[in-house]
Amino acid sequence: MAGIPHDHYEPKTGGEKWLHKRLPIVGMLYDTIMIPTPKNLNWMWIWGIILTFCLALQIVTGIILVMHYTPHVDYAFASVEHIMRNVNGGYMIRYLHANGASLFFVAVYLHIFRGLYYGSYKAPREVTWIIGMLIYLMMMGTAFMGYVLPWGQMSFWGATVITGLFGAIPGVGGAIQTWLLGGPAVDNATLNRFFSLHYLLPFVIAALVAVHIWAFHTTGNNNPTGVEVRRGSKEEAAKDTVPFWPYYVIKDLFALAVILAVFFAIVGFMPNYLGHPDNYIEANPLATPAHIVPEWYFLPFYAILRAFTADVWVVIAAEWITFGIVDAKFFGVLAMFGAIAVMALAPWLDTSSVRSGRYRPMFKWWFALLVVDFIVLMWVGAMPAEEPYATISLIASAYWFAYFLVILPLLGVIEKPLPQPATIEDDFNAHYGKAGGSAAAHPAE
Amino acid sequence: MIRKIALTAASALAISSGAALAAGGHAELTDLAFAHEGPFGKFDQFQLQRGLQVYTEVCSACHGLKYVPIRTLADEGGPQLPEDQVRAYAKQFTVTDRDTGEDREGVPTDHFPVSGMETAPDLSLMAKSRAGFHGPYGTGLSQLFNGMGGPEYIYSILTHYEENPECAPDGIDGYYYNTAFPNGGVPDSCKDEHGVSTVPGSWIAMPEPLSDDLVTYADGHPATVADMAEDVSSFLMWAAEPKLMDRRESGFKAVIFLIILASLLYLTNKRIWAGVKGKKAA
Repeated sequence: MAGIPHDHYEPKTGGEKWLHKRLPIVGMLYDTIMIPTPKNLNWMWIWGIILTFCLALQIVTGIILVMHYTPHVDYAFASVEHIMRNVNGGYMIRYLHANGASLFFVAVYLHIFRGLYYGSYKAPREVTWIIGMLIYLMMMGTAFMGYVLPWGQMSFWGATVITGLFGAIPGVGGAIQTWLLGGPAVDNATLNRFFSLHYLLPFVIAALVAVHIWAFHTTGNNNPTGVEVRRGSKEEAAKDTVPFWPYYVIKDLFALAVILAVFFAIVGFMPNYLGHPDNYIEANPLATPAHIVPEWYFLPFYAILRAFTADVWVVIAAEWITFGIVDAKFFGVLAMFGAIAVMALAPWLDTSSVRSGRYRPMFKWWFALLVVDFIVLMWVGAMPAEEPYATISLIASAYWFAYFLVILPLLGVIEKPLPQPATIEDDFNAHYGKAGGSAAAHPAE
Repeated sequence: MIRKIALTAASALAISSGAALAAGGHAELTDLAFAHEGPFGKFDQFQLQRGLQVYTEVCSACHGLKYVPIRTLADEGGPQLPEDQVRAYAKQFTVTDRDTGEDREGVPTDHFPVSGMETAPDLSLMAKSRAGFHGPYGTGLSQLFNGMGGPEYIYSILTHYEENPECAPDGIDGYYYNTAFPNGGVPDSCKDEHGVSTVPGSWIAMPEPLSDDLVTYADGHPATVADMAEDVSSFLMWAAEPKLMDRRESGFKAVIFLIILASLLYLTNKRIWAGVKGKKAA
């Protein structure tokens, strides 16, 4: 299915031919595993495999947890304790699942920022990007609902706050919120539907992952130069690429082993570090925690949600223009979803003809600032809503939108890009010298 | 090994559990070096047994331990009581049988009772639900490097009862002044003009539970307030995370295995790519 010319599977024996005529599944797997992959991919291209592993880890540990978990407000908390104390290896399974979510988000953020820096979202990979954003949205939904299931204080109050966001929608908000919760407040109906969806969505994600992979296997991988693989002939393509197996499979597995060593150290020695201790207190609708803080991976967008308070001029303007329909609360909700929407629109907002940030001298700095901005947003998201954090989060939120809506479109016009290598082979040889097996001497630039 | 650590209002806020720190005061916590701390720390079996004795003779008057099955007292890595002692221990409780609906003597497969007093929180997970000091500045570094967590919190609450401060000599009726308790009320006379508390800690509903030699330890260990507080804190840490040592062992094995696997994959990867990169052929 790849657009890059390469050898395809040829059924040899009678049995293979018989199957291939009826279901070319072996050929499809062969093409997927042997896909020509740019040979200059760096270590930021490992996150796809890490993410696939995370999905598998979460599904496997999740299925085991479901065997022992009880989705009922009276038993959910106790059943989690049952898993921790009585189920064989249950403490490990649960901590793997809880921390697995964190690993999943670490990887997805690095994966997304990789794409943003190397212009992986640009034509012809927009569909890959959009599907990726859909996966990310689904991940957030799944993680949020999963956090509700242990039925601790943060589970309950997090669910109350987040579903309350939908209540901010003018007019129909209250009805939508009630519909989502299955009642007037977070209760057993909410827990049950969240449990159901938390089990369902990972399989939807798995399907989307298949489409995501299908899409970039059609266009071919991006690479650190952003220069496309030559597709004139099989020989030409072979100079720019190596087959995925074994080159990248082994490389990615090595990276996975290193990351898992760190991951297991966290699970084994500090599994509650990333969680909130309040979630070890059973949900109590009558006692509101002093601070309702979302999990770390939601903090940047939580900061954006809270940044636009009623005294910010854009909020006042929006309220005035819409005759009060868009109030501060609704504006915050729009800003939070908008922050993800502008990221999804990056392929059309970025006007530069150069794909990779490596050859964009001005872009580099703005991008670095975006990374810092993201970290700052994460930090202020965890801080109480008071000064100086309120001002910092407002500035940081403004930069997030400015980057996508102003800087990306403008840079393409005013920036003078650096020269790019003519081919991936040139870039590769510049790093490693002449390719080992290749007889053709490549003239120096 | 005992250090006083004053938490700022901000860091206590960023983390903390339970009700509002509306008063905005800071709590004084004492950092202890528990046997179970550190990557290879292990629970001290005898300390857990003493802690169980303190819990049984003092805390259990009001507080339950409902998620802990009594049989786990015999588990390796826990207090590790002999089976007959566990059976004897279980017998003291009267349990309503789930199947027959009738009262009977407790057996090891029963759980500890629930809190006898409605307002007293269950202690099963206290050591974990108060674990998050997450200071300084919400980074959790003191938790990570000083091993500060729930047991320290419990120890500090038990040992930080003090006379009412000068600003409120009468205190709050029915409450007790505790310099380690962050979540209680503070009289207005102890707040500055911004409503921020000027004294450490706040007022707690629980009267001071321990006094020297309140418990006579079976093993002859001295029983000062500090000893009992430390022992029961350690016991409650075990009650909250009974698989602590198993988990560290699993984690340690996994990390060793993964380091070996990663080394092999590193060499494999290097060898595979050698041909492509045109460096020395393997």
